[in-house]
Amino acid sequence: MNELRELYQEVILDHGRNPRNFRRIEDADGEARGDNPLCGDRVHVYVKLDGAGGLGDVAFQGRGCAITTASASIMTELLKGRGEAEARRLFDLFHAVCTDEAFDPLDVPEEFEEELDRLLVMAGVRQFPMRVKCATLPWHTFAAALDGKATATTE
Amino acid sequence: MSPDSTPTLRPNYDVLAIREDFPILAREVFGKPLVYLDTGASAQKPRQVIRAMTQVMEETYSNVHRGVHFLSQACTDQFEAARETVARFIGAREADEVVWTRGATEAINLVAAAWGRANVGPGDRIVISTLEHHSNIVPWQLLRDGTGAELAVIPVDDAGEVDLDAYAALLADGRAKLVSVTHVSNSIGTVLPIAEMARMAHEKGALFMVDGCQAAPHMAVDVQALDVDFYCFSGHKTYGPTGIGALWGRKELLDAMPPYQGGGEMIAHVTFEKSTFKAAPHKFEAGTPAIVEAVGLGAALDYIEAIGRDAILAHETEVAEYARERLAAVPGVSVIGHARERGAIVSFTMDQAHPHDIGTIVDRAGVAVRAGHHCAFPVMERFDVGATARASFGLYNMKSEVDRLVEALDEVAEIFGR
Repeated sequence: MNELRELYQEVILDHGRNPRNFRRIEDADGEARGDNPLCGDRVHVYVKLDGAGGLGDVAFQGRGCAITTASASIMTELLKGRGEAEARRLFDLFHAVCTDEAFDPLDVPEEFEEELDRLLVMAGVRQFPMRVKCATLPWHTFAAALDGKATATTE
Repeated sequence: MSPDSTPTLRPNYDVLAIREDFPILAREVFGKPLVYLDTGASAQKPRQVIRAMTQVMEETYSNVHRGVHFLSQACTDQFEAARETVARFIGAREADEVVWTRGATEAINLVAAAWGRANVGPGDRIVISTLEHHSNIVPWQLLRDGTGAELAVIPVDDAGEVDLDAYAALLADGRAKLVSVTHVSNSIGTVLPIAEMARMAHEKGALFMVDGCQAAPHMAVDVQALDVDFYCFSGHKTYGPTGIGALWGRKELLDAMPPYQGGGEMIAHVTFEKSTFKAAPHKFEAGTPAIVEAVGLGAALDYIEAIGRDAILAHETEVAEYARERLAAVPGVSVIGHARERGAIVSFTMDQAHPHDIGTIVDRAGVAVRAGHHCAFPVMERFDVGATARASFGLYNMKSEVDRLVEALDEVAEIFGR
């Protein structure tokens, strides 16, 4: 498969066109805006806690390219219902998928084996260094929302 | 059969010979011949510039305005000759009206800091337009915040032309101290009616500054005929090196302005009690300047002049208008900005795909376009787009390269749907 087709897989195009959880959470416990100053893309991530240390709801809004939008959409699906610490470990794993040339799917911890396929969808960005930030911006913004920071940036 | 894909219809303009001057244009990207449509961000460099810079470093280099030795004199002569070239290039009365800067951004910051702080106070107004690059917005915001002045913005219509009635209204009460606008919009290509706008400003007692980054490389510029007060441009967008640019200002304005930065090169005499400064332009040039780059810029302007700016404008207009026509015919594509007077810049969006995705996909076909906000967030907001893809043309571009872009957009439609 050529690199473009690998980047723009059907799953990404689908999430890019029809993003899931694309909405505002009015009573969010955490929210943050993420900017990619390189291109002006912007995402707003909302987090609602479930009161038991978990993420009751995660949603986003914003304007961006197919990669940013799809990454945010997939992220919200992956994060809902997880514990905070687990969510952060998932972010680390996602980051490795997007940036680590030596990343080996066989090394993925057991707890995330089910999630691996949905994370690997984004692995195509590794061949497009200028686009890695598009994929990671929503996750950085999510982390900022969790940490109570108002903004995140890819810089 | 596509319309003329041959280099040019103009018999006197030998674009293939011109391309030979630019070594980088011979390279491939992802196995395809490079199509460079990002000259608006930075222009490629001809051998003449590369050679001139190498020559200085190999044969005449030393610091300028310092030593009594042979090289210092030789290098100073070349450095000052380049200043004279800049003066000629923009129709300045004399070379002393030309200040070396790192680029247009520094030139605007220089005027905002040196002229602004001495002349602008609470209640005064600085006027810019919606079409400005961030470099002609942020320095004025800093001045506004430091002085209590007001920053007002001339709106643009749906075609991307400035609203001259609204402009007149901003000038009417006489509070405007300075108008600073771009000559050609870097994001959508609008050419502003500079001479008319400068006349209107002067009638109401305001000075007039022009950001000429997207004009100087593409069309004849005569600061005296335009009757403006400050004009600036960047070397790297003018086929010259990075790190050099020029600010032109009326002699009497430069003479009356306090220095911008302090240091060596700009002083006449220094004691711990007090320092006195050299006359303009040197009082604005603290520290060792970008010597090699200044000579390189001089060579770049000589290169442009040898081809001729009228010929360049005619050629680029032909290529850019061809691009507008072909792009507008691609399903889903919208060209942003339809000013009557426009430069060699075509900004567009595509219903199916975001500009980044367009940029990535055409890149794999060897075509370099800019995708993003073009350092002009307010323009993007005005036209309600988050970003655009932008093809900007230079003196070396050909219609066949437009065809390559349009073919590459077919791949975008292939992936994202028609």
